[in-house]
Amino acid sequence: MTDSKYFTTTKKGEIFELKGELNSDKKEKKKEAVKKVIASMTVGKDVSALFPDVVNCMQTDNLELKKLVYLYLMNYAKSQPDMAIMAVNTFVKDCEDTNPLIRALAVRTMGCIRVDKITEYLCEPLRKCLKDEDPYVRKTAAVCVAKLHDINAQLVEDQGFLDQLRELLSDSNPMVVANAVAALSEISDTSPSPAAQMEMNQQTINKLLAALNECTEWGQIFILDALSNYVPKDDREAQSICERVTPRLAHSNAGVVLSAVKVLMKGMEYVGMETEFVTTLQKKLAPPLVTLLSSEPEVQYVALRNINLIVQKRPDILKHEMKVFFVKYNDPIYVKLENWTSYPSATQENIAQVLAELKEYATEVDVDFVRKSVRAIGRCAIKVEQAAERCVSTLLDLIQTKVNYVVQEAIVVIKDIFRKYPNKYESIISTLCENLESLDEPDARASMIWIVGEYAERIDNADELLESFLEGFHDESTQVQLQLLTAIVKLFLKKPTETQELVQQVLSLATQDSDNPDLRDRGYIYWRLLSTDPAAAKEVVLAEKPLISSETDRLEPTLLDELICYIASLASVYHKPPSAFVEGQALVVRRTQLPVRSASGEPGATGATESPVPQQAQPVQQQQSVIPSHDTAMGDLLGDLLSMDLNPQPQQQMSMTPAPQQDMGGMDLLGGGLDSLLGGPSPVAGMPASQASMGGGLGDILGLGISSTTYVPPKQVWLPAPKAKGLEVSGTFSIRQNVRYMDLTLKNNAMAPMGDFAIQFNKNSFGLSPASALQVPSPLSPGQTADVTLPLGTNGPVQKMDPLMNLQVAMKNNIDVFYFSCLIPIHLLFTEDGQMDRKVFLATWKDIPDSNEVQKEIANPNQLDPKGISDKLQQSFIFTIAQRNVDGRDMLYQSLKLTNGIWVLAELKIQPRSPTMTLSLKTRALDVIPQVQQAYELIIANM
Amino acid sequence: MIGGLFIYNHKGEVLISRVYRDDIGRNAVDAFRVNVIHARQQVRSPVTNIARTSFFHIKRSNIWLACVTKQNVNAGLVFEFLNKMVEVMQSYFGKISEDNIKNNFVLIYELLDEILDFGYPQNADTSILKTFITQTGIKAQVTKEEQSQITSQVTGQISWRREGIKYRRNELFLDVLENVNLLMSPQGQVLSAHVAGRIVMKSYLSGMPECKFGINDKLVLDKSGRSDDPSKVSATGKSSIAIDDCTFHQCVRLSKFETEHSISFIPPDGEYELMRYRTTKDISLPFRVIPLVREVGRTKMEVKVVIKSNFKPSLLAQKIEVRIPTPLNTSGVQVICMKGKAKYKASENAIVWKLKRMGGMKESQISAEIELLPSDKKKWSRPPISMNFEVPFAPSGLKVRYLKVFEPKLNYSDHDVIKWVRYIGRSGLYETR
Repeated sequence: MTDSKYFTTTKKGEIFELKGELNSDKKEKKKEAVKKVIASMTVGKDVSALFPDVVNCMQTDNLELKKLVYLYLMNYAKSQPDMAIMAVNTFVKDCEDTNPLIRALAVRTMGCIRVDKITEYLCEPLRKCLKDEDPYVRKTAAVCVAKLHDINAQLVEDQGFLDQLRELLSDSNPMVVANAVAALSEISDTSPSPAAQMEMNQQTINKLLAALNECTEWGQIFILDALSNYVPKDDREAQSICERVTPRLAHSNAGVVLSAVKVLMKGMEYVGMETEFVTTLQKKLAPPLVTLLSSEPEVQYVALRNINLIVQKRPDILKHEMKVFFVKYNDPIYVKLENWTSYPSATQENIAQVLAELKEYATEVDVDFVRKSVRAIGRCAIKVEQAAERCVSTLLDLIQTKVNYVVQEAIVVIKDIFRKYPNKYESIISTLCENLESLDEPDARASMIWIVGEYAERIDNADELLESFLEGFHDESTQVQLQLLTAIVKLFLKKPTETQELVQQVLSLATQDSDNPDLRDRGYIYWRLLSTDPAAAKEVVLAEKPLISSETDRLEPTLLDELICYIASLASVYHKPPSAFVEGQALVVRRTQLPVRSASGEPGATGATESPVPQQAQPVQQQQSVIPSHDTAMGDLLGDLLSMDLNPQPQQQMSMTPAPQQDMGGMDLLGGGLDSLLGGPSPVAGMPASQASMGGGLGDILGLGISSTTYVPPKQVWLPAPKAKGLEVSGTFSIRQNVRYMDLTLKNNAMAPMGDFAIQFNKNSFGLSPASALQVPSPLSPGQTADVTLPLGTNGPVQKMDPLMNLQVAMKNNIDVFYFSCLIPIHLLFTEDGQMDRKVFLATWKDIPDSNEVQKEIANPNQLDPKGISDKLQQSFIFTIAQRNVDGRDMLYQSLKLTNGIWVLAELKIQPRSPTMTLSLKTRALDVIPQVQQAYELIIANM
Repeated sequence: MIGGLFIYNHKGEVLISRVYRDDIGRNAVDAFRVNVIHARQQVRSPVTNIARTSFFHIKRSNIWLACVTKQNVNAGLVFEFLNKMVEVMQSYFGKISEDNIKNNFVLIYELLDEILDFGYPQNADTSILKTFITQTGIKAQVTKEEQSQITSQVTGQISWRREGIKYRRNELFLDVLENVNLLMSPQGQVLSAHVAGRIVMKSYLSGMPECKFGINDKLVLDKSGRSDDPSKVSATGKSSIAIDDCTFHQCVRLSKFETEHSISFIPPDGEYELMRYRTTKDISLPFRVIPLVREVGRTKMEVKVVIKSNFKPSLLAQKIEVRIPTPLNTSGVQVICMKGKAKYKASENAIVWKLKRMGGMKESQISAEIELLPSDKKKWSRPPISMNFEVPFAPSGLKVRYLKVFEPKLNYSDHDVIKWVRYIGRSGLYETR
């Protein structure tokens, strides 16, 4: 019997005919008719008109016919809600059938009929089925709860189905457990309601781990995915979870393997430092990952995308497995392309082999693939110094092929090689110049222009070359225009006599005829530089460039950490957080947390080499050193300019261009640097003390001697219990050992235990952000209070708030997410390196216009003497620079610096035996003055 | 989870469409057709995101299977599921083709209803599915015991085997199937070589037998401290092998393997794949291919290829085929070979040289002159020379040491089971550049 005939009825009046057949007395004919209906439904024909007739066929003992009718119902019930009610009775009856298969079928189908009226009738049967004696019915009912939740979340909560579902987690049947886990995970993912959150404690975890060994492959995936969301209490627990999950790596289902890898990758973070355990675990991870690469191409693709993430996070895992990334001729193109991006790293030992391989690929036909290969050759050169020469000659060979896109790509990477090894390979410039004509992509053109400008003195006809580009200046992309401008200025500085005309031409083109602000501003800067002080211009434009590092194509560490939590999922395939492609994902904060690692842990995070115009930021940076130093407001502005200029990640910019940062975030930078010197890229988990913020490293060294007893305001209630479903939060800020902390007291005034705490800050004026995850003893039982300290970093996203010191905090627990705001005391942001040099102080004082001076009388209730005041203030990082006595009054000159690099200078006039004194503050950033005044008063009054 | 599953023919017409979730609309069906099946360029990824909806697809012969979702699902799971789906369909009605799918669409819907619930994969083991989903419809009157038996199997711990199986003769067949993969440079340097092996078992055993399986895995042998019997040295001259990695059928107790390195399981009935493994060390490559390409001017090319067999002279390799790619602008080919048959296949752009069999430690060669049409088209990226063969030993050196069967409830013992073991080494991607 073949079914294909059902697809072929296309004649008119078909519906009518079907109607007749459906109402026929003969069973066989009925069944045939229903099949025809389903076939039409599949190809997209509207057969909803037959609804009553089909539903009439539902009352049958024939399971096959029943299934067909149900299929029809699921599709059309929504369009005919009133008619659908007709089916309810049959469903309810079927739920009581003696055959478990029919009971399950009924409850499964009912869940798929998304009609409100039906869902009401569903509750009773569902409740029964969740307790059914047959595991097959129970496992179907478990999923049905998720279905119902999707239709009517409130109903599920009101009817207590969630509790029933949680009970199923201890079911004797592993498949029931797995489905219950899947349903609970989905509900807690989509529901904002706290009651729907999935509680995971040690007991549940143990149950899940036990079920893991027994359930189907799919069930194992559900369980592993749920496990990966669990935050272990301590490293021992993390370790034991890892141990019990490791055997899954040998499963033949790639989904199981990848999910297990996810649990292990997260587990390793919790276990902490590079213990022996982690090392052996890493070794165990490698073989299964390689095995995934010999599965079906689609699975391979998913595996490669994930391996890409894994290798970035833990480069050691696959360092010996280079060969598996060699491309096979017949691989689908997506696998080929992925192979090279996932490819771990070339080392001195394997470079010969890698290069030979890459050269082979560069002769392939697929354009994207070839480009990637060429780029990879460049990467090898930058990474392995010994191989640079071979790489360069390989690239030259490739340029000789004259294949357009190969040449262009080669020139882009050669530019990077020049930057990495200055004065080594310039002999090839002439070869490059031969290919000038063929370049038509902005990247390649910009790179070539950069090369010409940079080495203008060695290229005889550099002016001609650049002039030829200038002809079509306005048709070029911005990137090329900017580059051309800089290159010509460079050329002018090198050969001033011959190129004066050229430079004027380009400056006027850039400043007068262009409406691109970047281009115009840069033009003006150059122009002014050149006209006022050519020597300074030379220093600026021809400054030595920082070396570039080899880590390109890398994800930002925070994104990487987030994606690690999503291994195996779509997010890991797209390399995008789920919020980028899933609607309504904002709620789920918990999943994305890896334990925070100290000091970003990336000593090599000096990326930014991909930026095709490497010295773009140069003029601006150097500009700053020309301006009299410590120009705070200006510094900020320039800071903005800097980060705006070309790089969306100021973080990277900072480390690449150390010079100007002294004003803006020098301490952070140093801190980070020192940290990585000291600790290396070690992820520190579960130990808040060492989870220092970026500045912590520096503090640890400098702050050894200084006892920092800054003034700590008393705790205030920030979030009253009634507003937060029983959670009361009070807190304050403090500095200890030069680390800023938020000290919190959490009190559980509710009747149920709380857990799963997490915290997040909104963007704020000073970029405060939590430097580690919130460590709350979990669960917090009713009536219990917990004191928690949260180390803070100052490198978070910045946004000016009103009021300035406002900090908006989101706190989450298993119940809900709560929002509150608090005021940051400004002295929290004073830095320990706020002592200005005397001379600089004087100069700066003069430099800041008098209009920026604000005077205020402040109280001196204890009538402290100047020495006492000065000592007190110093403990809060307000440093006294000088002291004078004028007409019997003591004058203290003081300086302080904020974490974002703003300096505030102060003059304090103290009248002996007077309860007040006069405070004059001078700063470029007037916004902070009221806060600083307040801080003075607080510190002096309270200490 | 999975929001829906569509099956299309090569023209992009929908053969099966099953939507599990409300967020997937009918337009999703068309979106995939327009953006992937009818896309102008070659598909660059098996995962496509169209308007915040993600499509996972695989293609079998000319049928497209696509899973749709709007959530952040487990991608590994989805592809594994699609492959499993194909497997299930194949076991029900053979080849995946448009006709077969149309002929069985009711069955497919029924299957889809069972193996995916709300987009969550449930049990997809064919042997169990077949107990209650049949092409002829379920038997109307099933006894109560049978019903509960079915449900407990579907959900049970041993979901892959039903109880009460009886055979008069207890028999099992073990096939060690290996694919040797090789990538060699024209100079004869091995760029990469690995063996992907599978152990396929056909078991016809009564009851619920407990099996224990042993191979000459270095790790196990070293651990047990067994001094190897020198007389038992295998065909490749090794006594134990290092396995890089292995994966097992879900019937194998993984935790036991992890702790004791023993492979123990209750096997499914009939044929299934027990284990997959991968080795990279000490592979005995059965053949060596030595190519020699010389371009004589712009319109002529000379190719000479020598193959050398590299195994015991007493063994015979079979089904040998060497495929030598020719440029696209080939106008004519003259082939000379001493053994076997060689033919130029213009449609495949290759010279195909076939040898029925070849003994160990032998050598054979082919030479060809290729006439070329003068053309100034872009250069030809020469595909590698590939080779196919079959040899009666395992190139990795793997040996089955034992397979013990225990069935405490029924009265047959390990000795009563008739066991067959066979080794087949095949070429995987065996290429020389």
